Amino acid sequence: MSRNTDMASPDLAAFAGAIASGAIDVVDLTHTLTPEFPTIVMPPELGQCAPFRMEEVSRYDERGGAWYWNNISMGEHTGTHFDAPVHWISGKDLPRNSVDTIPPGDFIAPAVVIDISKQSAENPDYELTVADVSAWEKQHGRIPARSWVLLRTDWSKRAGREYVNMHEDGQHTPGPGPEVVRFLVEERDVHGLGTETIGTDAGQAFHFNPPYPAHYYMHGKGRYGLQCLTNLDLLPPTGSVILAAPLKIRRGSGSPLRVLALVPRE
Amino acid sequence: MTEPLVRPKRKNPLKKTRVPLLPQGVRSRTALGLTEAAAEGRFRLQVCSDCAAVIYPPRDACPRCLSARLPFRDVDNRGTLLAETTIRTSTDVYFRERMPWRIGTVQLDAGPSIVAHLHGDLREGERTRLALKLDKSGQAIAMALPMEDTPNMADDPQWRELTCDPKFRRVLITDGRTAVGQALAEACSAAGASVVFVGVADPWKPFPGEERLRKLERVEIVALDLTDTISVNECAGEYAPRVDILINTAEHVRTGGIIERKGLTVAREELEIRYFGLTRLAQAFGPVLRARGADGVNSAAAFVNLLSVYALANWPAYGAFSATEAACLSAAQSLRAELRPGGVKVLNVFFGPLETEWYQAVPPPKVAPSALANATVRALQQGLEDLFVGDIAEDIRARLAVSPKALERELGS
Ligand SMILES: [Zn+2]
Repeated sequence: MSRNTDMASPDLAAFAGAIASGAIDVVDLTHTLTPEFPTIVMPPELGQCAPFRMEEVSRYDERGGAWYWNNISMGEHTGTHFDAPVHWISGKDLPRNSVDTIPPGDFIAPAVVIDISKQSAENPDYELTVADVSAWEKQHGRIPARSWVLLRTDWSKRAGREYVNMHEDGQHTPGPGPEVVRFLVEERDVHGLGTETIGTDAGQAFHFNPPYPAHYYMHGKGRYGLQCLTNLDLLPPTGSVILAAPLKIRRGSGSPLRVLALVPRE
Repeated sequence: MTEPLVRPKRKNPLKKTRVPLLPQGVRSRTALGLTEAAAEGRFRLQVCSDCAAVIYPPRDACPRCLSARLPFRDVDNRGTLLAETTIRTSTDVYFRERMPWRIGTVQLDAGPSIVAHLHGDLREGERTRLALKLDKSGQAIAMALPMEDTPNMADDPQWRELTCDPKFRRVLITDGRTAVGQALAEACSAAGASVVFVGVADPWKPFPGEERLRKLERVEIVALDLTDTISVNECAGEYAPRVDILINTAEHVRTGGIIERKGLTVAREELEIRYFGLTRLAQAFGPVLRARGADGVNSAAAFVNLLSVYALANWPAYGAFSATEAACLSAAQSLRAELRPGGVKVLNVFFGPLETEWYQAVPPPKVAPSALANATVRALQQGLEDLFVGDIAEDIRARLAVSPKALERELGS
């Protein structure tokens, strides 16, 4: 396969060439949008996030002879999706805080992957701690500023009930504790937090102080969230770059999107 | 004694499915008073307001005093079978398939004599109870039953032609997450359904009563999400040819009127679950039901809608909810006309507030889910089209008949 890269700058030409040659791997971190994919559950008397739905408009039939297409509907926070700062009350007054106004350069950023899959397998309520991050940094170096922190829990390998893990006292899924989120935002100036679970926060984070700390601190400082990611186990701890551009919805608080990781092949 | 039904064998895939044929008959508008009575399982005939004569067949003027005031009223249904005939040949395509067919003349104690279809356990000269029933074409006919119940009485072929008995039929309950859905699964299983498919959406979300539901005899859980067209179509693709009775138990009860609600999120959910859910079921299962209306012992028989009685008149405390229910009632009326060519009945079950969490703040009387379920199964066994369960439903319906305007004001104050 060859691509015409004559017009690009030498760097971009090399980049395109590396993708074409496979020197850079493109890893899809996105779940397929399906009606069955679980959405976040709020108490039934509260507003709910709409799941993905698809209505066939025509399929080469009497409704449109030569073409197939669908009308789709969903909430902004359905499937693999992006959280903008305006999603949370702590980020509501920040400038450029909605998906349509976020600087487009922010949709491309490097990533580090912190693996807590073993801890999560043993304890579905596992909370990422500052100590975990420090241990990671001893091995891989300090988290560079404006990096995505992707939390590998292998939760995306679970399905259905195991994935949501809903019990009478709520959901039990791993996530960060309040202290480590503050640390990542204030001490490491991270770009955002990405998780495999339905939220960036732990399943029981409603009971944390503050509740939902990943949302509260990240969005309070204008940083982003990615959730319902998959394939994080295919990423190296450092060295990958994430493409995550949400739909340009006016004053949108987030959107489903395709999340791609660029990974240099060894 | 009626020969007991035997569980039908699995269908021979080489045999053509019988096309549903309908008995003939067109009735006058006046005669639709019989249809109304039959739809609810009442025995009502015209009674002259001036001379008290009980009149049959329906007329526009009293044959005794020429009065035009001839309202339908509940009358004594007892009588004597004077004469019986067994029809062995007929040019009518519907009856030709069902020969021999017994009919007879019943002398009612109340006065008139009526030609009626005869239950197999009834003999000439015996005392009888008459019932008004809807036949496959939706026409009211009279059926003469033995004075006392007899063994396996409901299995009589002529009777079963008029009913939607769950016995040996396959039932689909569309939402097993609700208390009503679970009660209906239990009631249908107890009524002898061959299998009760119970739809469950979002299987990743546990729900109360789940364990018990899974343990019920002849209950099979199937994936079905009424808010998802793909899910409904996939469920129909797998199960529609094996569904003889469909009971839509989907519910979405929320308080609040139209302007009290902020935005459309809840209204959309209501419509998705209830109105569009019903539409999806009708489109996915309706055509197969309609084609299988004469498919033997386990022919397709009924599509059941559970409707709030506030579908008939809006209750502003649950105003948006009532509006959705009204949409469902209107759709059910259309569905009834669309399924009638297949001889499949649409049973609308109306009820007031239920003994469930979503009516927590509403004072009694409320209808227990099990009471609603049992009444629904009885209505299927009787072949009814309209059923009102509980005091509130009866009351709303009675007040509506007297004055829709007065009821509107009363519900809104
Ligand atoms: Zn008269």
